[in-house]
Amino acid sequence: MDTTDPSKPQAGPSGDPDVTDRRADTELGIAGTTMRTRGVWPERLFHAFTGGAAWFVLLILLAVTYSMASGGWLAFKTFGFAFVTSDKWDVVNGQFGALVPIYGTLVTSAIALIIAVPISIGIALFLTEIAPAWTRQPIAMAIELLAAVPSIIYGMWGLFMFAPFMATHIEPWLNDHLGSVPIIGPLFTGPPIGIGMLTAGIVLGIMVIPFIASVARDVFNAVPASLRESAVALGATRWERLCHVTLPHTRSAIVGAIFLGLGRALGETMAVTFVLGNAHDLSVSLLMPSNSIAAAIANEFTEADTALYRSSLIALAFMLFVVTFIVLSIAKLMLARVERNMGRTH
Amino acid sequence: MNWIYFRRQFIDRTAYVCAALATLLGLVFLFWILWTTISNGVSAISPKLFTEMTPPPGAEGGLLNALFGSGVMILIAIVVGTPIGLCAGVYLAEHGRHTRLASAVRFVNDILLSAPSIVLGLFVYELVVVPMKHFSGLSGGLALGLILIPVVVRTSDESLRLVPDRMREAAFALGLPRWKVSMQVLFKAAMSGIVTGALLGVARISGETAPLLFTALNNQFWSSDLNGPLANLPVVIFQYAMSPYDTWQSLAWAGALILTTFVLVLNLVVRLFANRRVFK
Repeated sequence: MDTTDPSKPQAGPSGDPDVTDRRADTELGIAGTTMRTRGVWPERLFHAFTGGAAWFVLLILLAVTYSMASGGWLAFKTFGFAFVTSDKWDVVNGQFGALVPIYGTLVTSAIALIIAVPISIGIALFLTEIAPAWTRQPIAMAIELLAAVPSIIYGMWGLFMFAPFMATHIEPWLNDHLGSVPIIGPLFTGPPIGIGMLTAGIVLGIMVIPFIASVARDVFNAVPASLRESAVALGATRWERLCHVTLPHTRSAIVGAIFLGLGRALGETMAVTFVLGNAHDLSVSLLMPSNSIAAAIANEFTEADTALYRSSLIALAFMLFVVTFIVLSIAKLMLARVERNMGRTH
Repeated sequence: MNWIYFRRQFIDRTAYVCAALATLLGLVFLFWILWTTISNGVSAISPKLFTEMTPPPGAEGGLLNALFGSGVMILIAIVVGTPIGLCAGVYLAEHGRHTRLASAVRFVNDILLSAPSIVLGLFVYELVVVPMKHFSGLSGGLALGLILIPVVVRTSDESLRLVPDRMREAAFALGLPRWKVSMQVLFKAAMSGIVTGALLGVARISGETAPLLFTALNNQFWSSDLNGPLANLPVVIFQYAMSPYDTWQSLAWAGALILTTFVLVLNLVVRLFANRRVFK
């Protein structure tokens, strides 16, 4: 999970790490394989095996995309664009429209980010600036453990502990206080049953906190001391330093981390399946049960008895895979840019 | 001392309190989740868990077949996933480094690392279950292996690149061929990192539920047949937790406690061990 130092090439004493590294490559790598050792069979075999494994990783991605596209083709062909815009999920009559799961996926992920982003940045700030040095390591490790807890455990906790808690304490309060507010009111009306998009979104939020927090902590730590000290010298308070120096300096890494969290939230399955309620109705209220792409697949795939039903679920998986691919690519590009920059400033 | 000064101070203090509260909130959720698992799970722990099969609704029983099935599938995943991941990691760190193929592989690998596991499960369903025409423990193990590969690729790539170049130079100077340099010198130097990564990967796949739903499915009885549906802990927990029967639910909590303990202890031990190695 560390995005910073360990992966950095070892910089020579004379400066730019990239250049020394590339030189080492040509000396050790290309010359080594082409000149002296070509034709020696263990060497060839070794090269073939490792290179083959590397291609295999690429192949996985292509094969997954192809397999989902071809599996979902029947659904796309049958329903056309209506597959995405229709909210009719009628198993009996073989009518499948994916609007509800798509909507549910987007809404729960949005709630997750609204909750996780400020908390994660708060945690990163606490771990880099406030916490006494000896507590940093254990607290950081505890937060990372949040990422290690299996998602099915989040699901059980969400269903048996958190949903009742929401139903008795949070949702009635939201009903009373926000339910009558003009524009956002409809979001918070409805029966406080605890299971629904809001609860699912919060559980997702807790699950993505460690991913965003760990990147944020790493980049906060990597802000050059000169910038930090300049701000201090200008008399900035620590909060002003965060707003005007640290965050602008680490902006693209933070955006990358948020997209990483979004990618995780979109595809998260088990926790959502437990607390979302598996309902195929479109509702404005966040307190109502809904469905998500991953939860729909998990709940229904083994029961899907017709080819069209199965194909519709695979088509959902295809869309999920493509969207998470795009989101995670953005995350990766943002983070890669930061890594390059940090290589330079160090 | 004017009011602007006080305002700035106030905002500063408030922000700091909020940051501390955010951290506290994160820790509260962690301990709430752990406490829920422990308090519900401990009462359901009994020796029967490890000696009896999963019961029919309403009856008492254990989780023996599920634990066994999970173990078998994790083993398959390790056998399939580690060599491929390790080979790709060696390619990235030793042969490819900055070639276009290597950066493409790193990019794709990082995406696979966070890709939705349920889609990978569906992929294995299409690839293995459909041609075989039945659910199988083998396909479950393959699905888990597919999730393990990117973890191993990433950590082996990173730990191999941490090995200083002078070690490679020294080995080449002795006239060793590349494969011997990798196998006998670099692996030894990078071993703790590679093992750490693989174990963290194992911790991750042992909690994966979604990809097993339509590959290994589940099996109420003892089975060691890799060609048929195989019981496994995550899916048993899922089914039993969602069921209305008390005995099933308490078994689900017991399973959840076993799973969480296994995953967290593995994580903690590996991380503490890895940290100590780094400090040396």
